[in-house]
Amino acid sequence: MLRIQNLHAGIEEREILKGINLTINAGEVHAIMGPNGSGKSTLASVLAGREAYEVSQGSVDFLGKDLLELAPEERAGEGLFLAFQYPVEIPGLSTTNFIKTALNEVRKYRGEEPMDSLAFLKMMKEKMAMMEIDQSLLSRPLNEGFSGGEKKRNEIFQMAMLQPKLAILDETDSGLDIDAIRIVANGVNKLKSKDNAVLVVTHYQRLLDYIVPDFVHVLYNGRIVKSGGKELALELEEKGYDFIKNEIRAAEEVNQ
Amino acid sequence: MSTIENIKERFEQIQALNGNNDLGSLRASAFSDFKRLGIPSSRHEEWKYTRIASLFNKEYQFHNSQMPTGLTAADLDPFRLPGHENANELVFVNGYFSFALSGIRSASLVVLTLEDAVGGEHRELVLENLGHSRHLLNDGINALNTAFIKGGVFIHVRKGLEVEHPVYIYNITDARRSNIFSQPRSLVHVAENARVQIVETYVTLGVAESFTNQVMETVVEKDAMVEYYKIQNDTNQSSQVSTTHIRQKGKSHVHTVVISLGAGMIRNNLNLVMEADHCEAHLYGLYFPSGNGHVDNHTIVDNVKPHCFSNEFYKGILDENATGVFNGKIFVRQDAQKTNAYQSNKNILLSDTASVNTKPQLEIFADDVKCSHGCTIGRLDEVGLFYLRSRGISEKTAKALLLHAFAVDILEHIKPEALRTYVDEQISERLEYNIA
Repeated sequence: MLRIQNLHAGIEEREILKGINLTINAGEVHAIMGPNGSGKSTLASVLAGREAYEVSQGSVDFLGKDLLELAPEERAGEGLFLAFQYPVEIPGLSTTNFIKTALNEVRKYRGEEPMDSLAFLKMMKEKMAMMEIDQSLLSRPLNEGFSGGEKKRNEIFQMAMLQPKLAILDETDSGLDIDAIRIVANGVNKLKSKDNAVLVVTHYQRLLDYIVPDFVHVLYNGRIVKSGGKELALELEEKGYDFIKNEIRAAEEVNQ
Repeated sequence: MSTIENIKERFEQIQALNGNNDLGSLRASAFSDFKRLGIPSSRHEEWKYTRIASLFNKEYQFHNSQMPTGLTAADLDPFRLPGHENANELVFVNGYFSFALSGIRSASLVVLTLEDAVGGEHRELVLENLGHSRHLLNDGINALNTAFIKGGVFIHVRKGLEVEHPVYIYNITDARRSNIFSQPRSLVHVAENARVQIVETYVTLGVAESFTNQVMETVVEKDAMVEYYKIQNDTNQSSQVSTTHIRQKGKSHVHTVVISLGAGMIRNNLNLVMEADHCEAHLYGLYFPSGNGHVDNHTIVDNVKPHCFSNEFYKGILDENATGVFNGKIFVRQDAQKTNAYQSNKNILLSDTASVNTKPQLEIFADDVKCSHGCTIGRLDEVGLFYLRSRGISEKTAKALLLHAFAVDILEHIKPEALRTYVDEQISERLEYNIA
């Protein structure tokens, strides 16, 4: 589904990603972990098409298309979804209107007819129940005055409405208490299927207790330095990121 | 003949017909002010960013009440405001009030020509208030309107009554045959404890050039409440200086929303004079001039007496080569202790060639007051734009949604729902997006 090869990217001359290689297949859950500043959020932003980041080398293939050539809205149309670490507050734009516009623009991109109001409301109701989200939240302006938990739940609700093929969750657990994490994770788990994939970007292991990954990758200094199964996350939790840093240092010394 | 010469000749004609009375002497004194002050140039502090002198180099026809324009009620139909079937509709054509095209439905509302009003029971009131705006607007353009007072109206809202139907005022310029210079004039009196909702709009017919220099003076008596809306969405060939001068008496309440979407040049003067204790005013404005358009909002909140409250919030969107001006004056006179006066102006520039000049101006002579002001000029939020696009929304639609969201802050202060929807549709049309 997603094939990242030797991806180099940065912001204003500063290289942050220094050769990422990663392949994700349908039905898989991948987690990217790493200390602060390792480039986790940069990777998420580059995949979603944020223009502030510049790609200097490498390629990203998404379902047979050159992802890096597509505008952010085209990537969404192709089935990519980024749950933001800091969802943006937009006073004056109703959440419902926003989701309806997004859904119909994505349908237009795929050559489908716009959804009529009745079908839209029915779908909203269904997904609201699934995501344990209240109607009152959706009639408010987009994310305005939402608590941290409400914002993240709204992200996952949008994901449920847009039904992406690949969902990237950027630090979705940050700022959430354990109950909120459980609700958000339940939402993600309900959306999982053999046809879609999830990439969880996180600093802590705790989210992975609820969204269980098939593969865990450690990002350090702009590169994936270690990959493994879900037990790697537990090892990181126990030993901290220093053990990775020490391993790398030792390897470098051997090379010299 | 140049417009200035034309003005002189027209003035003499009006005075020769009927110059020997109270209105005649008011006109004469204003005309000498006009000759002394002249057309404001960019050297005039209040006209630094709005140049109108060149508009006077064009040739215009000055209308008079004897000249029929051939305008029919049907001609106005496309421009009528929502719910007009149940509104009081007052129509000016080329600066002259037309009883034939107007329709008054509310018994609580009295509409007289200024000539009749000055000869009747409201004589004192009219003489005291007509021309009061000159105390705050000391320029030739204000004097010019007063020098030509003719065909204007006196609008009286009876004491203790609520005008159940809104008052719609249409300032029509019929420029189908020639360039037109028009100067509508009105004096509104909202008596004690009365309530009224007024909506003004400006329509130019035809493609010729028009210049409208309008003055409305309003007195809001004790405990009275006024909602005032101004909707400007006129042709690119139209220019207008539109003055709304409001005197507030004790515990009166005024709510204004000024929406400026179109016209070649717009200069709005909005004055609130708080002459007694416990007056309250809310002033909102949104300007979004088209292409090469120019919108200038000059506002003055003059706190003369203590315990008054005002809150002012204007927003602007400037695209292409559009220019905007916001100048917000707040005076707090020595007696006006315990004044609360707030002001904010926010602007979005969408192109490198659009510009805005914004200037808060607070002059405070009392020591126990709360006043604040702030202004911002920025671009559309990049992160917000990315957020919407990442959900599949095209860049164009995402921009429209963000700009609409920016405008909603002001739109939500238009209280009548039908009018709010009407303005919202005009903004959506400008954004080329149908907001669901």
